[in-house]
Amino acid sequence: MSDIISGFTQAVNLIITLNPEVMQIALLSLYISLSATILAACISIPLGGLIHFHEFHGKAALLTIIQTLYSVPTVVVGLLIYLFISRSGPLGFLGLLFTPEGMILGQTVLIIPIMLGLVITALGGVDKNIRDTLLSLGATEFQGIFQIVREARFAILGAVILGFGRAISEVGVAMMIGGNIAGETRVLTTAIALQTGMGDFPFSIALGIILLAIALVVVVCLNLVTSGAFEKFERIVGGTPKE
Amino acid sequence: MIRLTGITKIFGKTEVIKEIDLEIKDGEVFTLIGPSGSGKTTILRIIDLLEKPTSGRYFFKGEDTGSPGADELAIRRRMAMVFQKPSVLNTTVEENVAFGLKFRKTDPAAITERVTSALDLVGLSHLSGRRAVTLSGGEMQRVAIARAMVTRPELLLMDEPTANLDPVSSDVIESLIRRINTEHKTTIILATHDMAQGQRLADRIGVVMDGGLVQQGTIQDIFFRPNGQRIARFVGIDSIMTGIVTRNTGGHAFIDVNGVCIEAITPLQPRSRVELYLRPEEVTISLPVPSGQGVKSTRNRLAGTITKILPNGPFIRLTIDCGFPLIALVTRLSSEDLHLAVGTAVIAEIKATAIHVHAGPS
Repeated sequence: MSDIISGFTQAVNLIITLNPEVMQIALLSLYISLSATILAACISIPLGGLIHFHEFHGKAALLTIIQTLYSVPTVVVGLLIYLFISRSGPLGFLGLLFTPEGMILGQTVLIIPIMLGLVITALGGVDKNIRDTLLSLGATEFQGIFQIVREARFAILGAVILGFGRAISEVGVAMMIGGNIAGETRVLTTAIALQTGMGDFPFSIALGIILLAIALVVVVCLNLVTSGAFEKFERIVGGTPKE
Repeated sequence: MIRLTGITKIFGKTEVIKEIDLEIKDGEVFTLIGPSGSGKTTILRIIDLLEKPTSGRYFFKGEDTGSPGADELAIRRRMAMVFQKPSVLNTTVEENVAFGLKFRKTDPAAITERVTSALDLVGLSHLSGRRAVTLSGGEMQRVAIARAMVTRPELLLMDEPTANLDPVSSDVIESLIRRINTEHKTTIILATHDMAQGQRLADRIGVVMDGGLVQQGTIQDIFFRPNGQRIARFVGIDSIMTGIVTRNTGGHAFIDVNGVCIEAITPLQPRSRVELYLRPEEVTISLPVPSGQGVKSTRNRLAGTITKILPNGPFIRLTIDCGFPLIALVTRLSSEDLHLAVGTAVIAEIKATAIHVHAGPS
């Protein structure tokens, strides 16, 4: 018990004193996961719109596949990306293996299914009459789709935040693609795994607290979005900004 | 304004619109009435170019909307539609109203000015900064009307604009529709299943049944001279009798209905089988008086017995057996004055001109 308590005390000390190693790992984690989230959002939102607004053969099957991939094991994605970017793989020439950029690629691939699926669900949640209303008001096809995406903005933001949550908390891709190289590709989750194995509990606990703090921020943001707090805020400040 | 010729629409294997011909003139209020699910909405959607007809041609101001060169967006932008269930976007009332103008890339100063006047028109200026999704049903419908009117449409399409609204909100919307037509000279096509509303608002009416436009005409035509039994029933004619013309003297006919002689106006000749349509409010009820006293000049004086009494809004609805069932409406006060009850013997008086004679059972 005293080990745990002293571990916690030292961990808080590491955070308060802004221990350079702890900070470097935390910032690298944020950099990699935020980049992957932005990339995945840039792909998932337009692609989700494309899938939602068009009827085609196999649409139902595609949706089922996307939903199945929500729970794809991170090590499977890690393996797949590894095969592609390893020296002998088709993308080996890019030299992405054991680099933060390779990890960004891996996490992007990992979170696209969940983000894409939730974006499609979000668009499906918009009142069906809105599209007719927009067209009858003289919207072009593009103007109509843009407004519907805007209408689903809160649910889409929720999808993006969930994607970020999955990216920052995963170990498989970070370990297999990054290789957990100190000062290069060591992120919060892989560092915790390593330091725990080495018996450096205070360091692990400090990283764990930071990771939990990030998760907390994610959950609070998600709650704010789903409870419509942003909406209330917009109402107080007088509506959404004019384009 | 618009002309539809031979328009049909097939969804899957169901023909929802059957060979419709319709012409709407500039500046008129045309009402499509018909039961729910009869195809009124589909007709409006075809007119607004939200739906492509399966066959037939549709001309907007002389331009064939189905021709390869037709610019659908440009034509649609000359119209506006208000849907049965108003959908507002999750933003302020003001922004909701501005959408049509933004789509048309109108100058921002002009947008502000026109949105303000559109909100004035529907009486919602005080709510311009409110989130549209927090409004009541009636207010949302007014936002939808403002949103449509702000684009200054030449043709305004309205699909059941007062369905699901309380009577007060319905009144507000109805007077708004009249104002839009008289002050802005906007041509309006309105679909409703409420035939009384159709009657209150329309210059002309079209009756839609089972996807067909079964009768078009003025209020008088539709409500007093319906073209067949189903339309008659839909427009509130309860007394439908079948008979045979026995004599016709220059348009004044004597018709045998179940052994009772009814006088009515029709050119139909003796031995023609006919249907007689009679609105319940055209029947006057009195108690039998000793012969010779105070007899009126009304052509049809039918003796009968009340078989059923039902309250009908502010009126009392009587079913009278005169050899055939006859429906009459009386006020509550006259019903009490005359001590009307089931079994009371009464005289039903009907003017010959109040009866519409339709050739043959349809």
